[in-house]
Amino acid sequence: MSVSQSGRASGPLDTFPRLLLNHAATRGDRPATREKYLGIWQTWNWSQVAEEVRAMACGLAELGFKRGDNLALIGDNRPRLYWAMCAAQMLGGVPVPLYQDAVATEMAFVLTDGEIRFAIVEDQEQVDKMLEIKDQCPSLQHILYDDPRGMRHYTQTYLQGLDEVIAMGKVHDRNQPDFIVGEIANGRPEDVAVMLYTSGTTGKPKGVCQTHETFIAAAQSGVGFDHLTDQEDILSYLPMAWVGDHLFSYAQALVAGFTINCPESGDTVMTDLREIGPTYYFAPPRVFENLLTTVMIRMEDAGALKRNMFHYFMAVAKRCGSDILDGKSTVSSTDRLLYALGNLMIYGPLRNVLGMSRIRVAYTAGAAIGPDLFRFYRSIGVNLKQLYGATETCAAVCLQPDREIKFDSVGKPAPGVEVKIADNGEVLVRGKLLLKEYYKRPKDTAEAIDAEGWFHTGDAGFFDEDGHLKIIDRAKDVGKLSNGAIFAPNYIENKLKFFPHIKEAVCFGHDRDMVCAFINIDMGAVGNWAERRGLPYSGYTDLAGKKEVLDLVRECVEQVNAELSHDAMVAETQIHRFLVLHKELDPDDDELTRTRKVRRGFISEKYNVLIDALYSGKTSQFIETQVKFEDGRTGKVAADLAILEVKTYPTMKKAA
Amino acid sequence: MNGRKIGEVILDLKNISLSFGGVKALTDISFDVREHEIRAIIGPNGAGKSSMLNVINGVYRPQQGDIILRGEHHANMDSYGAAKAGLARTFQNIALFKGMSVLDNIMTGRNLKMKANMLQQAIWFGAAQREELEHRAKVEEIIDFLEIQHIRKTPVGRLPYGLQKRVDLARALAMEPQILLLDEPMAGMNVEEKQDMCRFILDVNDQFGTTVVLIEHDMGVVMDISDRVVVLDYGKKIGDGTPDEVRANPDVISAYLGASH
Repeated sequence: MSVSQSGRASGPLDTFPRLLLNHAATRGDRPATREKYLGIWQTWNWSQVAEEVRAMACGLAELGFKRGDNLALIGDNRPRLYWAMCAAQMLGGVPVPLYQDAVATEMAFVLTDGEIRFAIVEDQEQVDKMLEIKDQCPSLQHILYDDPRGMRHYTQTYLQGLDEVIAMGKVHDRNQPDFIVGEIANGRPEDVAVMLYTSGTTGKPKGVCQTHETFIAAAQSGVGFDHLTDQEDILSYLPMAWVGDHLFSYAQALVAGFTINCPESGDTVMTDLREIGPTYYFAPPRVFENLLTTVMIRMEDAGALKRNMFHYFMAVAKRCGSDILDGKSTVSSTDRLLYALGNLMIYGPLRNVLGMSRIRVAYTAGAAIGPDLFRFYRSIGVNLKQLYGATETCAAVCLQPDREIKFDSVGKPAPGVEVKIADNGEVLVRGKLLLKEYYKRPKDTAEAIDAEGWFHTGDAGFFDEDGHLKIIDRAKDVGKLSNGAIFAPNYIENKLKFFPHIKEAVCFGHDRDMVCAFINIDMGAVGNWAERRGLPYSGYTDLAGKKEVLDLVRECVEQVNAELSHDAMVAETQIHRFLVLHKELDPDDDELTRTRKVRRGFISEKYNVLIDALYSGKTSQFIETQVKFEDGRTGKVAADLAILEVKTYPTMKKAA
Repeated sequence: MNGRKIGEVILDLKNISLSFGGVKALTDISFDVREHEIRAIIGPNGAGKSSMLNVINGVYRPQQGDIILRGEHHANMDSYGAAKAGLARTFQNIALFKGMSVLDNIMTGRNLKMKANMLQQAIWFGAAQREELEHRAKVEEIIDFLEIQHIRKTPVGRLPYGLQKRVDLARALAMEPQILLLDEPMAGMNVEEKQDMCRFILDVNDQFGTTVVLIEHDMGVVMDISDRVVVLDYGKKIGDGTPDEVRANPDVISAYLGASH
């Protein structure tokens, strides 16, 4: 009917709505979206999705949504929220996904800053947040909700169910079938396609405007690079507001025409991953780390035979697994045989448990990944690779090519992207995938993109001899000790965080004579460790204060120091003193960003007493901190924190 | 603000007395429960609250008194009859099958509604299979409702206490009861779990129109969610009315603040 014909007639596939119509016409029966609902995977094929999106767009238009309007999307990864993105784009509007776990006041900022008139939210919980802040957001006029549960008694006229809007849209579309076709035809590739807010590591979040052209280019470059087809399956479980999810679950899915799968709920991701068995997978290092921790904990609970087999074959995999995956010819035939045996007995089943049996390509990004962690996945045959990018560059600047994997680099520039290193070590990027602008912030835009069109990433890095980019830290975080030695806090913190027992770390040292650190233990790993030793504890604060735990952390820190001492560049920045914080750093208390990056400035202000104590040679310090619970109430946590000294090592000369 | 309509008296308890040998657990207690309301039973330890609930669903038979359920006299209520009559309950000390998965536990709540005979069920053929699929669909709705999808296949014994309580509620809901008896649904929970539980109870009451009779120690919870409260002390009724009335009742205050009896 008209859907397919008008889709083809509208010319080149240079906007997302046109891509959608094209898929509906060329692979209408292929699954486009799946969601597990009431225990069963529901599937929508491309024609059905196109129908739904079209109806939603007409419904939105009926409510007065028009070209240039911004549409806020708040919720977990639900099919209809993804479709709403495309619906807004059909009308020439701009979807603005928000982090769904943000508290109401944080949302108020984005809603006001983005001049949002329409918001589509997932459920009653999010509606309540919207109602709470509606008075602060004068522009907000319509709130639509996806899940009607619990909404029966809400009588506000500006609240509407998405079901009704879609039904309304269907009628509208029947009466004026030309309307939406015309709207799609009016879309131009240089229109803004999506606005993604930066996580706000540096101050207030900024709206990054990306056009259809840039995002499609970025997606095409990735699709071509990894030879993705319409047969891929991807699990969409990362926040929709994150550029990574937008690239993988929206842009690439629409460019390549593959299937996105929405989990049943945030807590079922592990099970859903196993059931779907994605072929293409994306996760921040944290997720890979959690998976590995779960496996390791379960392995320790297993019987002696299984445990020994596991450790034996993991040693084999460590020795030759990644080389086999890279297709290197240096592996001995004994090792190959052992690896094949291990694959049958350990790696295969393990991949299956992790839901990674079918994975062709897996990516990680967003933070540095521990070499051991990275090696673990590659050695059991998961083609895990790293990429580097930012919200401003549609996530993809550098990618690791197959067979050219290095544990400590982020790979080579993607096709069509230029990367160079500025004199101060900052990474500069130029190419099609750069942002159009920061929303309503011409000054920031001008600062970020210089006259020659280079985007300043704010990351410090360098190219190695093979042309691979290595990122060491945020450029502005790289400081100097008072004796002049380079101090890259992130670098040290990452080394600390690679220990399963350490969840977060914050290092201090800029303009100081030595490096000191705050540590957060990992409740799961250390809790398990304590249980094994019959060590009773009542909660985080109690566990973090135990002498045994402090000794455990001290051992980790000492190992880091030993590693640091091997490299003359950073040997000066060994950790001299540390303490274990009495509470977990939390985005709700503004200590971490929503993507869980440490907010250094805020933390050093908030815990000023502790830093003073670290540097003044005290052995303990009392502190009381206010904490915010998930429901918005506040409470207090107080503790007497012990400050520990750590052994440091003399600098080792590396053999040339 | 609230859309549900509290209806006629659905359950009427008249002059209930229950004793175990010489111990008088309940003495001459009368109160009623209206359709669609949330009715709380409160009282200090040993006041006879759980006994009262056990009388309602036929675990104990009172020596005296009458239970009138939807106009019918049930002086000799037994557990099976209570279940048939649309009464479901949860327990103070969770009584789930620890070794079975959450899903299987909730499925047991559908037992009364299964029509296939034991042989058919054993070979899981024809009607039994069709029937089970229907029941499973219903159970999945409850799982979705109580947001326990992530533990569907987990053995109940491995779950934390708060979640077990939720599974207990799920199993009771699987019976699609008209009256839901909850014995201390929030005991031993932290603040967040209590809030979740409150929300679920209110949702059940609101969405399905289920009448709820609950025993609870947390006064904040009781006063917040119940429509009417009956107060027991030493097996006697000492107060009955809206939360505000009960709060102002001098007998209740003295029972709770420990004034001399």
